[in-house]
Amino acid sequence: MRALFAVFLLVLAPLCARANEAVPTELDRVQQKRAVELSEHLRCLVCQNQTIADSNAELAQDLRRQVREQIAQGRSDADIVAFMVQRYGDFVLYKPPVKATTLLLWFGPPALLLLGIFALLRNVRQRNKRTAAVPLTDAEHSRARVLLQDGDLPRTGDAIGGSAEKGRT
Amino acid sequence: MNRFLLPLGIFAVLVGFLAIGLTLNPREVPSPLINKPLPSFKLAQLEQPGLEFSQKDMLGQVWLLNVWASWCVSCRDEHPVLVELARNRVVPVVGLNYKDKPQEAKAWLKQFGNPYVLSVTDLDGRVGIDYGVYGVPETFVIDRTGVIRYKQIGPVTKESLEGKILPLIRQLQKS
Repeated sequence: MRALFAVFLLVLAPLCARANEAVPTELDRVQQKRAVELSEHLRCLVCQNQTIADSNAELAQDLRRQVREQIAQGRSDADIVAFMVQRYGDFVLYKPPVKATTLLLWFGPPALLLLGIFALLRNVRQRNKRTAAVPLTDAEHSRARVLLQDGDLPRTGDAIGGSAEKGRT
Repeated sequence: MNRFLLPLGIFAVLVGFLAIGLTLNPREVPSPLINKPLPSFKLAQLEQPGLEFSQKDMLGQVWLLNVWASWCVSCRDEHPVLVELARNRVVPVVGLNYKDKPQEAKAWLKQFGNPYVLSVTDLDGRVGIDYGVYGVPETFVIDRTGVIRYKQIGPVTKESLEGKILPLIRQLQKS
């Protein structure tokens, strides 16, 4: 039994060795969470549609290491983001700051939405007006009355009714 | 007629935006370091690891900082252009050997020629991060006061050299 346990430990040993490789900086649980959250908000510049948390590009690994180190040094999230922006520009931020050059980016889509709603409302209102504005003639009035009472139209011409009847039989 | 004018107009604007979008290169992210002083560094030299080099050592000169590595494929495309530039002695080029093994880097220079007045070794890529490097090669044009004036992302080509970099260097050297 004891021998078996020893073998078991031996088998596990390489796993510990590998675990050490992957973790460069010791962080506690809260710091670890901060590191992951920050990494999820920073863009990897090599594979531009991935965050540095997602990407396995070497640069992303280096930037993750930077984030972890700076957290371990006790720097705030804002400090770390400023560090990245200073080097790579606003492009590293998945949430770009509101400023003159990003106004269109931030307010373009809501503006388009408002424009669409406005156009739709106008269209509907105009259509309502158009249909309401046409009064019925006397002949149409009496035809409507007949329709409502009997549920059947008086035949105005044989050709129309006739062809429909023929079609059915 | 008017009914079709509006959608047609919107369509035209959209086509305009997309056409401009097609001509842009999303890989080229403008560097926020342009017109800012060089980030400072002190690194060991590739050929003489006992000696250090700092960006201050180049104050008073217009110079190029070229980020390269022996594992970088497009560096090979760029290299003849740099060798040619060095032969004409227009401007000193300093190499930043980025995340490379010194042995392989030296062998690479021996094989393809060495256009650099010297290269420094950025083994773990920390200086590269300070310089906002995200793809090798990259080249910085630096003026006499140690301010970055231009950054070439990707290989320096004959066209970019003639069209942009050399005119800028001449202008900086005059002032």
